[in-house]
Amino acid sequence: MANVLDSVKFDADGYMEDANAWTKEVAEAIAKREGITLNPRHWVVIDYARNEWKTKGEAPTLRNITKNTDVDTKELYSLFPGGPGKLAAKVAGLKKPTGCI
Amino acid sequence: MAEKTVRKLSLIASKGSLDMAYPPLILANAARMSGVEVNVFFTFWGLDIINKKKMDHLNVAMVGNPSMHPSFHIPTWLGAIPGMSAMGTWMMRKEIAKLDFPPVGEFVQLIQDAGAHLYGCKMSMDMMKLTKADLVDGAEVLGAMEFIEMSEGGQIIFV
Repeated sequence: MANVLDSVKFDADGYMEDANAWTKEVAEAIAKREGITLNPRHWVVIDYARNEWKTKGEAPTLRNITKNTDVDTKELYSLFPGGPGKLAAKVAGLKKPTGCI
Repeated sequence: MAEKTVRKLSLIASKGSLDMAYPPLILANAARMSGVEVNVFFTFWGLDIINKKKMDHLNVAMVGNPSMHPSFHIPTWLGAIPGMSAMGTWMMRKEIAKLDFPPVGEFVQLIQDAGAHLYGCKMSMDMMKLTKADLVDGAEVLGAMEFIEMSEGGQIIFV
């Protein structure tokens, strides 16, 4: 079965090698692989993370996300169960955030 | 690529100075961000971190703290001068805020929102005449043995 992820390269931990190869369809497919169905609230986080990456070159920290969007910590964890620090960046096609918070 | 098994981390926070309150909070938060289950046991002076009245008034000790040399060494006798601890505390709070780490009270709320479980050490609380009402909402009171049992299968870090 042809999958939108077949042509996408991932590193050993499952993060995309090239953030520029990311599309919304790729995001949907990565999310699905992680057991998440994206809804508009996920997109608030993903769009913000993509924008931060465009301007700063790396994935935003979770604190940055909760401070600058209307998604709070509790919601962030319910949107990305199993670790929003990893999952939000993965789905947004970015590397793990390097910040500690 | 889903997680195989959920990792588990137990942190024991035993110090209540401002500088030593952060490591367990930072580790607890980092673990939760990575999807690791977290239990934090606050014992002895570490109880101040989840004591509603004290959590936002933690200080840095200037005397007997061999690490007090931010840009120049502060000799112990100088640290004993009145006001030095307040100044050190003020400076550290400023540096912590620069790194975008929240104040202790807000940080405790953050890790609770992130799903970390907090426990006050029963024996220390009895000794300090504290009850559950003195702790932040959501924190439970627990004996050391129960905490060790709860930690089974996980890693333990003592701070």
